[in-house]
Amino acid sequence: MGFSTIHWYRYASPQAFYPLAGTLAPLFLAIAMGLGLIGLFIAFFVAPTDFQQGEAYRIIFIHVPAAWMSMFIYLVMACWGAVGLALNARLSFMMAQALAPTGAMFTLVALVTGALWGKPMWGAWWVWDARLTSELILLFLYLGAMALHSAVDEPRRADKAFAVFALVGAINVPIIYFSVKWWNTLHQGASISLTKAPAMAAVMLWGMLILALACWAYSIGAAMLRVRCIIAEREREASWMNEMREAE
Amino acid sequence: MMHWNSTGEFFAMGGYGFYVWVSYGLTALCLAGELWMLHSRRRRIERAGDEA
Repeated sequence: MGFSTIHWYRYASPQAFYPLAGTLAPLFLAIAMGLGLIGLFIAFFVAPTDFQQGEAYRIIFIHVPAAWMSMFIYLVMACWGAVGLALNARLSFMMAQALAPTGAMFTLVALVTGALWGKPMWGAWWVWDARLTSELILLFLYLGAMALHSAVDEPRRADKAFAVFALVGAINVPIIYFSVKWWNTLHQGASISLTKAPAMAAVMLWGMLILALACWAYSIGAAMLRVRCIIAEREREASWMNEMREAE
Repeated sequence: MMHWNSTGEFFAMGGYGFYVWVSYGLTALCLAGELWMLHSRRRRIERAGDEA
């Protein structure tokens, strides 16, 4: 067992991770705020008007990052669930659980902004096509996993049920991602090829990437805040929690 | 770089103002709502801790 292994396992216990999460949360939320402001500036003041969609395309700057996050967070959540099942590590289950509401929130944002973009461009708020339907299923998977966890009384069993549910549902993520290729759909393909003018595509891509990074930092910050709540609620009886509370 | 001639033009978003601003507004509301829920969950825990 090398030094790096020891170091890693130190933070695998909720007790050691609790103060670390408390330090990381405001840091990542500040990064999210900074990147968010830069991204919004690009989205509204640097990126030019789209030659096909006019100004309506500016919804892309939140729609695409939110949709990316909705899928990415689900995969990370399923991975934490898998690690939890493999190593029977409590903190892994807590991390998986902490990510679910943030993932659900981004899924909702992707669906709502998609509807608000679809109405002026397609003439419909909603169509039952492969991309939209599989993204809606993703929202139900998040909500289902959360409901399942709260429905099982015994925490360890709830953790395992949550992890298994999340893992099985992960099959939906590649379906969402490739849906625009596999099926005939109204939804446009890769966002990068939205416009043919290369300089414009670059500015739009930068705006989107920076806002995606902001969402990414926000997700870490929010997950850290939530995992602290989960640890505090579940380790209520532990003596270290009382000592920490007194110290704070 | 600045392609808006007036504030009114900026808010109109070329006639798509409703869709663009409702999108951004609801997103801001979702983010703020989540942070507010986390904050109140935190406060609930601290209050329970004080009583114990």
